[in-house]
Amino acid sequence: MTDKKIIATISLAGCFGCHMSLLDIDERLLEFIELVEFNRSPLTDIKKITRECDIGFIEGGCCNDENVENLIEFRKHCKVLISVGECAIMGGIPAIRNTIPLKECLEEAYLNASTTIKSNDKKIIPGDPDIPKILDRVYPCHEVVKIDYFLPGCPPRADLLWEFLYALVTGKPFEFKYQTFKFD
Amino acid sequence: MKHDITSIIKRYNDDPTRLMDILIDVQSALGYLSDSTIEQIAKILDVSRVDVVQTVSFYHFFARAPRGKYTVYLNDSVVAGFYGRENVKEAFDAAAGIKFGEVTADGLIGLFNTPCIGMNDQEPAAIINERIFTKLTPAKARILISGMKAGKSIDQLMQEVLESNAKPSLKNSMIENNIIKKGAVIFSDYIPGSALKKVLNLSSLEVINIMKNAALRGRGGAGFPTGMKWDVARKIHSRTKYIFCNADEGEPGTFKDRVILTAMPKLVFEGMALAAYAVGARDGIFYLRNEYRYMREYLEGVLKEMRADRLLGTAICGKKGFDFDVRIQFGAGAYVCGEESALIESAEGKRGEPRDRPPFPVEKGYLQKPTVVNNVETFGSVVRIIQNGAAWYNGMGTEHSKGTKVLSISGDCANPGIYEVEWGFSVNDILKMAGAEDVQAVQIGGPSGSCIAPNEFGRILAYEDLATGGSLIIIGKNRDLLKDVVLNFQRFFADESCGSCVPCRALTVVCVKLMERVIEGKAAKTDLDDMISWAEIMKKNRCGLGQTAMNPVISTIKKFRELYDKKITAKDERFNPGFDLKSAVSDYDAIVGEK
Ligand SMILES: Cc1cc2nc3c(=O)[nH]c(=O)nc-3n(C[C@H](O)[C@H](O)[C@H](O)COP(=O)(O)O)c2cc1C
Ligand code: SF4
Ligand code: SF4
Repeated sequence: MTDKKIIATISLAGCFGCHMSLLDIDERLLEFIELVEFNRSPLTDIKKITRECDIGFIEGGCCNDENVENLIEFRKHCKVLISVGECAIMGGIPAIRNTIPLKECLEEAYLNASTTIKSNDKKIIPGDPDIPKILDRVYPCHEVVKIDYFLPGCPPRADLLWEFLYALVTGKPFEFKYQTFKFD
Repeated sequence: MKHDITSIIKRYNDDPTRLMDILIDVQSALGYLSDSTIEQIAKILDVSRVDVVQTVSFYHFFARAPRGKYTVYLNDSVVAGFYGRENVKEAFDAAAGIKFGEVTADGLIGLFNTPCIGMNDQEPAAIINERIFTKLTPAKARILISGMKAGKSIDQLMQEVLESNAKPSLKNSMIENNIIKKGAVIFSDYIPGSALKKVLNLSSLEVINIMKNAALRGRGGAGFPTGMKWDVARKIHSRTKYIFCNADEGEPGTFKDRVILTAMPKLVFEGMALAAYAVGARDGIFYLRNEYRYMREYLEGVLKEMRADRLLGTAICGKKGFDFDVRIQFGAGAYVCGEESALIESAEGKRGEPRDRPPFPVEKGYLQKPTVVNNVETFGSVVRIIQNGAAWYNGMGTEHSKGTKVLSISGDCANPGIYEVEWGFSVNDILKMAGAEDVQAVQIGGPSGSCIAPNEFGRILAYEDLATGGSLIIIGKNRDLLKDVVLNFQRFFADESCGSCVPCRALTVVCVKLMERVIEGKAAKTDLDDMISWAEIMKKNRCGLGQTAMNPVISTIKKFRELYDKKITAKDERFNPGFDLKSAVSDYDAIVGEK
């Protein structure tokens, strides 16, 4: 089936809730995999994108340099990139730290938290080429690369994901209902 | 101290709706509003502490920590920038030994920024302890600071920096009126009380019909027909109605109301009394921006004179039952309070957040009673229309814009100041009058208005073409339009949004960030597209502030696109040029000690 659209998905600084919501389309998954082929994705466990893709599904924002690297890889190889959910669009829960200087965050996590205060007696804040570097703040994806679509929600409802992805893959028209993006 | 607070609150009959006055007086007695002061105020008024805190925190002249025995608020307007504000600021910094936003360790001097204080024709200007210092220079800043260190009074300080050829418009002031062109309506000979006497023989409906026939439209910016507004208020049956004069004049670049109030205060108060006669109101509230607090004694004196002359008070002009008086209500620094429903909220002692409409203020306004809100200049025009008749007024102006308009002209021109002209003058006519050459752009109607390019200078000032509240800022060819003007305006809106509506609260801030990136050459073309699309969302905001808050960017993207295009250098649109991985990880590298 060569006319299947190729989709890649990733969770950056997210909780996997958006991927769970994708699984929540339930039996429609069967219909979905008739329409698309999954490339890099937690669902396939493919670790690097292996071919040019049509759709990149991004959950989570960027909290470290590895997230940035992955997001850039997605941008290079996906025709259309979608920010899925609050974290990808705005930074979400991880971005709560954005009002606190990074140094204080790391000190709280590694030096002062009740779970580490005893065990980390050398007072080390880990820094090693093997571990990703934490960014000064959590960035929403569109501040790093161009994003083509934004699907709001935390997570976006399964029905919304399905309706949107179905329309995108089949080229059918799609309309945002007012309720999906109204303020307050 | 406790005693002070109690007696101040007594002055206002322990009335929580007078919280603004209470806070202003308490701050003036104690220097600032500490947590314990706030606690005491809440207790005496029998409201919750948070009720007081939310009002205090809304207005930028309310201080929750000491701001110095001498507090300098240096104007941050665009035109102040043109006239060397940065150098004055640096001189203040250096002489006081602190940065803006700080107070000296001995508590003597505090330096702060403040948005446009209505002195665009005599910049750079600053408010120091409620008095206004104009045409500052670095040398004057140094004289002021050393005078403060020597403990001099404000009057002494003012004498030391007053230029010998200055023509102050009021006693103990440096402020000049700069009325360059007088017109037939506002700045012409006037005998106080003549309109009031004339109207005694007319019914309220007749007065309103004269306003309708004159086709008078409000001068506050929106241009709403005055007669129609009054008629709604007249028809509502209520024993209590209010007349508000909107003298908040917060739109950067506008200063005409200040000059009208200085030169023709009785004209304005008489106009309020005429409105009271027409709609059946007994109480007037004159909402004056805190920046103009230096006028307090002067205006109180004028009101006193008018009461003595029976132009205000009971039985005005001897007519039994015609009772009306005015009290001055001060704001405390918030542009949005110029919006009429926010103005009313503020006068009720609350945060100046615009109300949802309907109901409109004419139906349910101040204390839920029918309330007419009009601009200073509108009230002034009312008096003349009664005096000289609708036909006389109607004979001036254009088809849809009758009478004259008082313009505040500032920026790059030889003669900044006040010009009263008939509607229908072209921008070119005005530039010629003001002595402006090599003009890059003109900002019409302040930041919430529009920025026009030379190919549009043939357009006319009128509701049917360029509608305006009267501010024109002339921007010379030598200015960096994006950095010196647009960015300043966008910051103004981000600071002044009241925060009720999500798009206004959030997008104003995002827009500033994006503009900064544009100016640094780190924006993508898609960023411009984004801003254009947000302007549509902004139209859904509750009040005019949010609805127009992206006008500076949008109107310049439209008219001066090439300035933006020059800044957009990114080749590959897929990656956001504003993101810099190296700087994003630099904090982390420093923390873990990596080079
Ligand atoms: C953000 C904002 C600020 C305003 N500021 C003023 C002001 O400073 N002075 C004023 O007269 N009207 C101002 N207005 C307009 C008032 O809401 C109101 O329309 C006006 O005072 C009515 O008077 P008029 O009919 O005589 O113009 C402002 C409106 C908005 C949305
Ligand atoms: S948007 Fe919500 S569900 Fe999705 S990753 Fe963020 S927190 Fe999880
Ligand atoms: S538009 Fe802005 S200023 Fe106006 S009510 Fe909404 S948040 Fe407040």
